[in-house]
Amino acid sequence: MLCNSPMIGQQQDTAASKQQRALDSLAARVAALQTRLDSIASAAPAGAAAPAQTAPVRASGAYMNVGFDALTVGGWSSLRDVRPILLGDHDPKVRGFTIPNTELTLDGAVDPYFKGFSNIVFKLDENGETGVELEEAYVLTTSLPANLQFKIGQFFTEFGRQNSQHPHAWAFVDQPVVLSRMFGPDGLRSQGVRLSWLVPTPFYTEAMVTVANSTNGTTFSFRSGESSGIHGGVPVERSVAGFRDLLIVPRVSSSFDLTETQTLLVGASGALGPNNSGPDAQTRIFGVDGYWKWKSATAAAGFPFLSFQAEAMTRQYEADARPAVADPTVVLPVQTIADRGAYGQILWGIRPRIVAGLRADVANGDDAPFATPFRGERVRLSPNFTWYPTEFSKFRLQYNYDNRKGFGSDHSLWAQFEFILGAHAAHRF
Amino acid sequence: MNSRVVLHFAGIAFVAATGMGATAAKIRVVATTPDLASVAREIGGDKVDVTALAKPTEDAHFVDAKPSHIVTLNRADVLIEGGAELELGWLPPLLENSRNAKIAAGAPGRIVASQGVKMLEIPITFDRSKGDVHALGNPHFLIDPVNVKIIASNIAEHFAQVDPGSASLYRANLAKFNARVDARLAQWQQQLSPYRGAKIVTYHKDFPYLAERFKLDIVDNLEPKPGIAPSPAHIAKVIGEMKSANARVILIQPYQNRKTAETVARQTNGVVLEIPQQPGARKDSGTYFEMMDYMVTTLANAFRDQK
Repeated sequence: MLCNSPMIGQQQDTAASKQQRALDSLAARVAALQTRLDSIASAAPAGAAAPAQTAPVRASGAYMNVGFDALTVGGWSSLRDVRPILLGDHDPKVRGFTIPNTELTLDGAVDPYFKGFSNIVFKLDENGETGVELEEAYVLTTSLPANLQFKIGQFFTEFGRQNSQHPHAWAFVDQPVVLSRMFGPDGLRSQGVRLSWLVPTPFYTEAMVTVANSTNGTTFSFRSGESSGIHGGVPVERSVAGFRDLLIVPRVSSSFDLTETQTLLVGASGALGPNNSGPDAQTRIFGVDGYWKWKSATAAAGFPFLSFQAEAMTRQYEADARPAVADPTVVLPVQTIADRGAYGQILWGIRPRIVAGLRADVANGDDAPFATPFRGERVRLSPNFTWYPTEFSKFRLQYNYDNRKGFGSDHSLWAQFEFILGAHAAHRF
Repeated sequence: MNSRVVLHFAGIAFVAATGMGATAAKIRVVATTPDLASVAREIGGDKVDVTALAKPTEDAHFVDAKPSHIVTLNRADVLIEGGAELELGWLPPLLENSRNAKIAAGAPGRIVASQGVKMLEIPITFDRSKGDVHALGNPHFLIDPVNVKIIASNIAEHFAQVDPGSASLYRANLAKFNARVDARLAQWQQQLSPYRGAKIVTYHKDFPYLAERFKLDIVDNLEPKPGIAPSPAHIAKVIGEMKSANARVILIQPYQNRKTAETVARQTNGVVLEIPQQPGARKDSGTYFEMMDYMVTTLANAFRDQK
């Protein structure tokens, strides 16, 4: 009602506009203060106590990373018993389903001087029985001078490229034929020491040598109980008499960044040690390996990329005169059993999380008085396709065309699924 | 011929081995990402030689652990890492093989950039069904200039420890840098102040620190969960959200899928802005300041045009 009076209305307008101006001025000052606060208030000086970080302690990150990785394979082959064509211990073992590899991985800093790693493998065999093996357990020195580094314990020997990789890091369902022939079902690994030197060249060069025991199931071409498969004789029991009875594995590798987006890694390795075809018999394996990768400069999740990997190996197995396993009255003659093989694989990371691959395997061995299908001429071609929903899971479909001289061709189709739980150590290049 | 090649390589090795002494005057700084490298250059000036491992255009979560990086780290005096698990997929194997005590965890030569930064989005539980969540919080914290001041003083203190002879220079450079950040921040805030509360959509969860500082409103991300590729159902949901919130600005990085973002933009009458968070990704933004200038100006222009 009062507002009806123009006088009072005017007075009120004036009061209101005054208030409005006061408010505007206050608002402007608050905004200016806000700006100042924004820029200085939260800038804590370095060294001062960090703002209370509410990150809870990571249970699995407390002193040790714990991870678990499982590979399940299902598929079919034209060969009823697939073992003659899938010789790897972590390859599919039967028509139908297999869990050929699960790994419990533990790693962390031991103290300021060592890092520790272990991989404990649980796997199901062709009958579904569980097998356990201490695949790796080793420490790595972290603070030696002169660019040196020791690895001590049981570990995959650094020969070539794939031998020291775990099955889940492989780009194919099964292991290359040449690796099965040279290093058997489990790869070359043993108990020993590796010394490595990062050579002070402008480009990456690493020289290393492993000295390890030469006797056990994972030193196939050396004093393994399974060596009869190579030489056909009864293995000779021999104790370690000297340095010559140990396995020596030298390796040198170099890498070059060809362009901003292309990298090449090349290496040469040797594995020299005794075999058990006789008291003084020796084996020499030599190999070369290469890995080239192109990755887009605007890669998303690491895609697209193109890579090529190849390894070639040759083995000279000096077999002594030995009684044949098949008929101990027959003595097999002294001879050098020569084998060789190679594989090459190309991977195309088409778009994020999708990879197409193609691998070609060849292997053969010179004729020997002891004939074994595992040394015969063999060619295998394996196209595959992998989808990674994330870095922690993958689906893979792979076809194998296999041709073994004297046995004809076989066709197999395998699907692989992987999952990873917990911490997972990042891969080397 | 062969002996010549051998001599040539021996020569290179010799130069590399002895050359270290010649360049010892400068401290060799390795930063995991170009943004950290840019700040290190501001603080170190001509006393440092700075190398970044990640390329400015690539996704820093997925850098290859190239052997050449091992060599770079082996010869480093200082390593600056983000620290909030951004480099978890590639830095550990490089460090394992670098054999360099100067940059070991806890050494004066090891700088963890996230130290002292108030991290956003620290998860309560660690559950990978929520995507690629970082246990220590969102690692994309450098696009908040206030955080950069914290990182810069951290860097200056470490440089002073590693190279005490130039400590006063590093502290003077820090003061200059801070003054510059303050001045630019005031300017950037002025540029964006008319657009407080402006609504944006980002491809990945990589802009919350910018949104927090400049009071922008992130409506949603094109990724349904961090690191998970956009699904048609999620894209449809985002389009709906953008329409109802009247959000029309979509931010992406050079390595993110522009096509997906363009599809969403067409449906929402929006615009896709490629705003790199790394100096050097654009030819005209080689430093942190140029990168932030481009980011703020591009955003302000887009908001103005959308009004």
